[in-house]
Amino acid sequence: MNSNVTGARIGYIAFNTFREAVRDRVLYNLIAFALLLSGAAILVGEISIDIERLVVVNLGLTAVSLFGVVIAIFIGIGLVSKEIDKRTLYTVLSRPVRRWEFVVGKFFGLTGTLVVNTFFMALGVFLALVYVAHKFEPMDVWVLAALYFIVLQFFIVCALALFFSSFSTPLMSAIFTFALFVIGNLSEDLRGFARVTSGLGGAVATAIAYMVPNFSALNVISQVAHGDPVPGRLILYNTAYALLYSAMAISGAVLIFQRRNLK
Amino acid sequence: MAIAAIEILDLEKSYLVGFWRKRPKLALRPLRLTIEEGEVFGFLGPNGAGKTTTLKLLMGLVFPTAGTARILGMDMDDPRVKAQIGFLPEQPYFYDHLTARELLNYYGQLSGIPSKERSARVEQMLARVGLSDSAGIQLRKFSKGMLQRVGLAQAILHDPKLVFLDEPMSGLDPMGRREVRDLIQQLRQEGKTVFFSTHILSDAESLCDRVAVIHQGELRGVGKVAELTSGTQGKVEIVFYANAQQVPTALTALGAESRFGGGNMVNSVLPEAQQDAALDVLRREHMKLISLTPVRRSLEEYYIQQLRPAENEEIRNQESHKQENQKNELREEASRKGVGV
Repeated sequence: MNSNVTGARIGYIAFNTFREAVRDRVLYNLIAFALLLSGAAILVGEISIDIERLVVVNLGLTAVSLFGVVIAIFIGIGLVSKEIDKRTLYTVLSRPVRRWEFVVGKFFGLTGTLVVNTFFMALGVFLALVYVAHKFEPMDVWVLAALYFIVLQFFIVCALALFFSSFSTPLMSAIFTFALFVIGNLSEDLRGFARVTSGLGGAVATAIAYMVPNFSALNVISQVAHGDPVPGRLILYNTAYALLYSAMAISGAVLIFQRRNLK
Repeated sequence: MAIAAIEILDLEKSYLVGFWRKRPKLALRPLRLTIEEGEVFGFLGPNGAGKTTTLKLLMGLVFPTAGTARILGMDMDDPRVKAQIGFLPEQPYFYDHLTARELLNYYGQLSGIPSKERSARVEQMLARVGLSDSAGIQLRKFSKGMLQRVGLAQAILHDPKLVFLDEPMSGLDPMGRREVRDLIQQLRQEGKTVFFSTHILSDAESLCDRVAVIHQGELRGVGKVAELTSGTQGKVEIVFYANAQQVPTALTALGAESRFGGGNMVNSVLPEAQQDAALDVLRREHMKLISLTPVRRSLEEYYIQQLRPAENEEIRNQESHKQENQKNELREEASRKGVGV
């Protein structure tokens, strides 16, 4: 099996996953998001003076992030387990498809769905921004960087959901993934705590701080809301970090799934 | 020398059960079986006998505890095998957000059918299973019978040499069962090897070249259907028209067990040794002979015979346990009383 064929199969599985999410009306959340954002923009326009932009960017990007994380967790935990329960996997794996190709294909399918989702939600944020500020400003370009970091967060969350679901129940997988998302958002505090703690406690805190995904570094919402720029080096580091972390989680999921009996 | 389509070499599967998952439960005892190319092979057994486990092992869906298998001359783990086999799982369930056409196209992509051929092949398969008119409907709206047809279409879409069907007639109405039977016959004519599991014996008897019987994870018997059912029971069945609603006493005297069918038609079963004498009686009484056929053993009888040893063994085991317990109780009682047994 050459790499072109492998790539094609991963692509087919990813596209089918994307199509399933679209037809299961996952993207309907966009309507809820659009309504929320339009309402918020009108409200902000009414009550805030001079800080409309700050409020809309903060509110908009936080909503993009939360909506996306919820979708990533709830679809991610069922990506493989649903296929085992419904036995749709049997007819896929009885073809020249390797188990790892299936897992990777499902991952790309979900992240693809989330990228499309984020694109439309980002449009909503920019429209709300134009509504309250009546124009675009050069600093709005950093909103794009914040959105890119949010997508990187989705990559990690999807990979974690897939990893946990490869060995535990959907409910436990959702709890583990969400817990890691929350802890990961506090990872800077955890690292700070590790620095000031010595002995065994310090070592444990350091290990945990570096093991949990560093979502703090991927959260620049407040920074861009204030119009502060995002350094190019941070974009580079965050990209490398998110890709590496996701790849490790996916590899773990693959290693477990490769040995799993599909009863 | 021709390569066997499937060569199962002591394939064995046990699962770890219990709270700590330390207790092994045997799902399939070491199984050794060879299926030749071009054969329609029936894998028979009651529910929970190990049929689906065997199929899942061959498909690589579960991993064997011991043993291996060769499929079309290749090791069962060889990725090239999958391109040449088709599989219909029991009570198949497919992506219900897709239409039948989209599903087959997806499977065609995964099977590596070139895009130029794919859509023609998909349409051909839809027509073959009688789903051309429903090809654009999402599978969530399909009936069980229609899903089974989609399942058959996906199993043969890529023109595999070997087709595995797990209970293909299960849950189908008589018409659906007939269509599946016709399809298996067509596959045989095309020279494909078909390995199918079933517990519907009449289907196996009419379709299979050979069958194997499995029970409690153990292979109980294997053989050609024609041979398994060829053994006569030492009896013949004579069908004739009697002159009135009365069986000739001379025939009854030969040991015939008779019953009336429609009108004056009589169906008599008598020992093979008495067949000439019976014909003489019919001639003498001027009765019209319709047919004379040896009473053959049915596949059902063979099947039940293969399952019985297990049941008998179980009963024997239970009896010996009971006896052992009784002996122990007697011993204990005797030792309490200080008397030897």
